[in-house]
Amino acid sequence: MSRTKIVLAGEGGQGVQSIAKILVEAGYEAGKQVLYIPNFGVEQRGGVSIAFCQIADEKIGEPRFAKGNIIIMLSDRAIDRCTTYVDENSTVVYDTSVCTKKPEVKCKEIIGVDANRIANEQLSARVFNIIILGVLLEATKVLELSDIKNAMEKALGKKFDAKPELRELNYKALEMGMGLINAKVEA
Amino acid sequence: MVNKLIKEDTKMFLTGNEVLAYAANSAEAEFMYGYPITPQNEIMHTWCKLLPKTGAGFLQTEDEISAGFSTIGGILAGKRAFTATAGPGNVIMQDAQSMAEMMRIPFVCAVMQRGGPSTATVIYAQQETRLTCFGGNGEGFRIVYSTAGHQDLYDYMIKAFNTAWKYRFPTYVLADGYQGKMREPVLLYDPASRGIKMVPTTKALLGEGEIGKDRKSAHLRNTYNMEEELMEVLEGYKADYEKISEEIAEWEEYKADDAEILIIAHGIVARSARTAIDELREQGIKAGLFRPITIRPLAVKPLRAAVSRAKQILFTESANGQLAQMVLEKLYGLTTPYSTLFKMGVGVTGDDIVNKVKSMAVAV
Amino acid sequence: MAEILTLPPNLPDAQNAEVGASKFCPGCGHGITLKALAKAIDELGIKQKTVFGCDIGCSLLAWNYMDLDTVQTHHGRTTPVIYGFTRANPEAIGIAYMGDGGGLAIGAQHLVNATVRGERMMIVVVNNTNYGMTGGQMSPTTMPGQKTETTPYGRDCSVTGKPAKAAEMVAAIADPQKSFVARSSVSNMMKLKQTFVKALKNVQNGGFSFVEVLSICPLNWRTNNVDTFGRLAQMEEFFEVKEFLTPEEEGKC
Repeated sequence: MSRTKIVLAGEGGQGVQSIAKILVEAGYEAGKQVLYIPNFGVEQRGGVSIAFCQIADEKIGEPRFAKGNIIIMLSDRAIDRCTTYVDENSTVVYDTSVCTKKPEVKCKEIIGVDANRIANEQLSARVFNIIILGVLLEATKVLELSDIKNAMEKALGKKFDAKPELRELNYKALEMGMGLINAKVEA
Repeated sequence: MVNKLIKEDTKMFLTGNEVLAYAANSAEAEFMYGYPITPQNEIMHTWCKLLPKTGAGFLQTEDEISAGFSTIGGILAGKRAFTATAGPGNVIMQDAQSMAEMMRIPFVCAVMQRGGPSTATVIYAQQETRLTCFGGNGEGFRIVYSTAGHQDLYDYMIKAFNTAWKYRFPTYVLADGYQGKMREPVLLYDPASRGIKMVPTTKALLGEGEIGKDRKSAHLRNTYNMEEELMEVLEGYKADYEKISEEIAEWEEYKADDAEILIIAHGIVARSARTAIDELREQGIKAGLFRPITIRPLAVKPLRAAVSRAKQILFTESANGQLAQMVLEKLYGLTTPYSTLFKMGVGVTGDDIVNKVKSMAVAV
Repeated sequence: MAEILTLPPNLPDAQNAEVGASKFCPGCGHGITLKALAKAIDELGIKQKTVFGCDIGCSLLAWNYMDLDTVQTHHGRTTPVIYGFTRANPEAIGIAYMGDGGGLAIGAQHLVNATVRGERMMIVVVNNTNYGMTGGQMSPTTMPGQKTETTPYGRDCSVTGKPAKAAEMVAAIADPQKSFVARSSVSNMMKLKQTFVKALKNVQNGGFSFVEVLSICPLNWRTNNVDTFGRLAQMEEFFEVKEFLTPEEEGKC
């Protein structure tokens, strides 16, 4: 397939747009065609925050799409809001440690990950979104881990240099996220 | 003079609002006047961030009324000045825009459409199409480029300055919140490298020469005493506008030559139409696109030719047929049947268009 | 045969001789105000770098009244056009000329913000306590009890609030270090001219100036000559004629 359509949705403050930017930046640097639209409500803070990302081999036409290949839902409200982007070919990922319900959708597969709990208990609440980025990377398989790491260096390199333990923490979060989805799929 | 930042071809991954700020700099724009409104804010943000490098000017005004009128002030002073707005800001800026129209002021404005009417959404729409073309208490002697992505934003923002200063009609880059906020790759270049020369600006007030010696004082007005006096002025404008219309009208066709179902769409919706057309063609349905790039004035002859060739037309917009109304008027006398897919203030996806065109194909 | 003695009109250089003496209604205060302004411009020798903007309302008739580079704008919008100009051309001396409606009602936000930002320009509000051009309606500065077309039984301040005091408001929000704010009157043309000179000098020094001019409107007031100036005297009691802010005297700017 030449085009991957991704919807990333969560609460404002969960870092959805930050990881969307890293993802598309990685795609751009890897020579892919990319297109990213952030979508907020009227409230620019505290509402549901959605990122529409596309990564393709050929030039991208439509900026918004009807149905996504991967839909990531990081809160109850995100589930309500984004069910419309799901069809029988979609993979739905939701966070079981944030959401109080399971998305009720007809789709290819639903994957529950407990990224929030892992972030809080094993790493740091701050890298919750990076775990999700790892999940996304593994679920889409259109980009290499090195692409994402390069983009992270571009976005966060200065912070990393100031505090090298941050780099380690973020990379660990990324890899744990990737592992998370593998574990789920095998289960 | 300002410093141009783009000296050689540079591929970048930017938001549309950032592209517009770079484009204005590449066009040697000297001053921006603006007021915050979503989704155009990052044009101002980027412009301001670049100021130490560009040496250009910026004024954050008290509202869009002021942004429009102070832009006019800057232009009268001979600066290549511009503004940007959206939604309710575009509504109140019509006051200034109609003055620019009446006084043939080379006013340049980027409109990043958002949902309407009223406050509506800050996200996206194509609902300022009519307003941008025909707003104000006038006749719509304006030039409006409707862009469909970042390369267009760059190309047409540069072009807008030259169109405005050459023909002296207010000129717009009509985009939307998606284009403003989305990120995609774009190639920035020095216009000179493409053979584009910027039309020199002139000072309407405090220009060359001494008053009373070399020239008379300039008295610029937009008020007239007599009905006939006004009509004479406007007849002149109309003649000018009609004369240049064919020269400045731009359009794009995609697989329209043999299209049985011709989709007419502008701006970002035309991109969704391209996606849909590829899919429809794979399924054996001959669909094609006619995309007016200048939606004011319209490229009437090519439009009529394309419509004449097709068996059916589909108008699709993120509005309730604002472009369709303008186009239909120009199709008078043709009998090609048409359907509509209007999503007010909502993006039109390729799937939406595919489904609609398939239902039309079945109906035939 | 008697000889007819013809004398050239005594017009300031900054006034447009081609227009003739006046295009305003008989007895209007704009002619006095503009002549005083033109004399002030002559005195300072700034005609070649002055840009004059006039509003909608009676002030629009000034669109070719001055021998200055002039732009006539929309109602209330002269202030942004002129500061837009002077921002782009800081060498220019910008004058925004308007009535009390343009300054204090429809264009009030521009007056407030131009003042706060200390725009390098002079704003002139000619206050004749009514909307003259549209036929004499109540304006923000209409006097208590004054009859206008929209207060035919007299302005009732319990309904409309009290008259707006422009100079006081501007003085309260202007930067005292660089602002000149005064109220003057057409009853004393020489003093009015001097006020304009001070105001324009302050702009030359990079400051912001505001001059409210108490003016007369015999046509809409329906007053004869004596009553017209009688009412102006009443206005001068209500609206204090003085300099509110004078940076020059403090040796500033």
